[in-house]
Amino acid sequence: MTNSTLTSTKTASSTSCLSLENVSISYGSFEAVRNVYMEIPKGQVTAFIGPSGCGKSTVLRGLNRMNDLIEGCSLKGRVVFDGHDLYAPNVDPVEVRRRIGMVFQRPNPFPKSIYENIAFGARINGYRGDMDELVERSLRKAAIWDETKDKLKASGYSLSGGQQQRLCIARAISVEPEVILMDEPCSALDPISTLKIEELMHELKKNYTIVIVTHNMQQAVRVSDQTAFFNAEAVEGGTGKIGYLVEFNETETIFNSPAQQATQDYVSGRFG
Amino acid sequence: MTTSSNGDLFTLKRRPPSEKFLDIGFRQLVIVLASLVAIVLLGILLTVVHGSEEAFKQFGFSFLVKSSWNPVNEEYGAFTAIYGTIVTSLLSLLIAVPLGVGTAIFITENLIPLKLRNLIGLMVELLAAIPSVVLGLWAIFVMEPFLRPILNWLYEALGWLPIFSTQPLGPGIAPAILILVVMILPIITAIARDSLNQVPPELRQAAYGIGTTRWGAILQVILPAAVSGITGGVMLALGRAMGETMAVTMIIGNSNNFSLSLLAPGNTIASMLANQFGEADGSQVSSLMYAALVLMVLTLVVNIFAQWIVKRLSLKY
Repeated sequence: MTNSTLTSTKTASSTSCLSLENVSISYGSFEAVRNVYMEIPKGQVTAFIGPSGCGKSTVLRGLNRMNDLIEGCSLKGRVVFDGHDLYAPNVDPVEVRRRIGMVFQRPNPFPKSIYENIAFGARINGYRGDMDELVERSLRKAAIWDETKDKLKASGYSLSGGQQQRLCIARAISVEPEVILMDEPCSALDPISTLKIEELMHELKKNYTIVIVTHNMQQAVRVSDQTAFFNAEAVEGGTGKIGYLVEFNETETIFNSPAQQATQDYVSGRFG
Repeated sequence: MTTSSNGDLFTLKRRPPSEKFLDIGFRQLVIVLASLVAIVLLGILLTVVHGSEEAFKQFGFSFLVKSSWNPVNEEYGAFTAIYGTIVTSLLSLLIAVPLGVGTAIFITENLIPLKLRNLIGLMVELLAAIPSVVLGLWAIFVMEPFLRPILNWLYEALGWLPIFSTQPLGPGIAPAILILVVMILPIITAIARDSLNQVPPELRQAAYGIGTTRWGAILQVILPAAVSGITGGVMLALGRAMGETMAVTMIIGNSNNFSLSLLAPGNTIASMLANQFGEADGSQVSSLMYAALVLMVLTLVVNIFAQWIVKRLSLKY
């Protein structure tokens, strides 16, 4: 039902996938990030960079309503996906999360077999097709099929950290989302695993829109087409630093000739 | 910091004898204290086994299946009490587990504001602080009169079933079951809540992140991850229900005439022991000891079974 309301009035815009219109997110009375405007393009990789506490993860989680699970978290403004405000009262957050998947900072496979990790999401979303085929396809897309095909019945926890993270990406892909959000997906991984996931992202952006939060600026340069730089500043009368979007542009521009001095300082390592 | 050149960096420091004595003394003390637990347990077991020897010789295993309890003819069989113990504890679990686990889910998931959740949690824990004799009084004067019309209706409507085949006339097995529910509910709720809270938040996020509904996340991810802890709590509650004496004695009717009906008065091993030990002599004491032994074995079996279940069910995350 919600699916049809979401797709019924597709807008003609093919370039923009998600757009944030004056988005402010608060935890209780504490405002974490304010007044963000952004157009995230379809079929590209968009990176969010910035110092800790600048609200980039908060904004990312706001894109598929994961913040709903945090007590007291509220969002003002509009997040428009596919012509629809994701925070409109008649929108089902479950369907939002199905169409906008997420990969988390720490690999978090279910305590089930590798096969079940993939099949679970598909089953819960009412998938009726050939499950074996879906599991294989998802694992192949996440470039982990070769390492797991002989032990699909083994626990997801028997894999290494990097493999677990690719399993989680496979799990996210299995429900066929349109967008994949990644919250520092490589921060717990070694350089080899990181490289594998970055290669995977290049592969995935052919079919999916990807938004990634990263602390690693080289990673942003390597994987992203667009980069958003967030910063935080103390505001008079506020209880802490409030995050805001400084600059959003093509990755090349952000790293080579940014418009703002703060961006220049951050990407060149001269920050604060 | 200070690197020693002559290689005595890792040798033990010379310590004064008083310090050494303290170490050794502490070690001995701990050994004694730890052994004491085992010694006391063994002592109780030996006393009970020794005490029940006479009855065991006289009645053998038929004690377990005979329901006559006749001090005048010195004829004893504990079946009524064994049946009462098993039926009251299992049926009270049957009611308390869904209630307790449901309450725990309700106060760990963010369905209502945190303050309300904490309040409900506190109330449930306070329930555990009520002395069982007070609960027994409440059962006699408030719960049982309130329940009687309902039990009467059960008798009239479903009287053809053996378990509802007698007219409720006051104390009985059914009110005893309900008072046990009240007593074990806080144990189940508190332990289930703790195990649910220990489910890693990443697992929750993983479930919601692929478009799982709240039902799906609770039933297929969160509960399975917490099930070993919850089972442990349930088994603790079962132990409590089997051994509970005071409140049950006050409301169960203490009848030694066997009846299948839940509406009839009955007995449990624990309440039988509490009631009869004071006046018992001769072979009755031995028979009561025998009944106590049966209760100990039952709880031991439950505990072993619980450990086995917890081992089998625990998901590693």
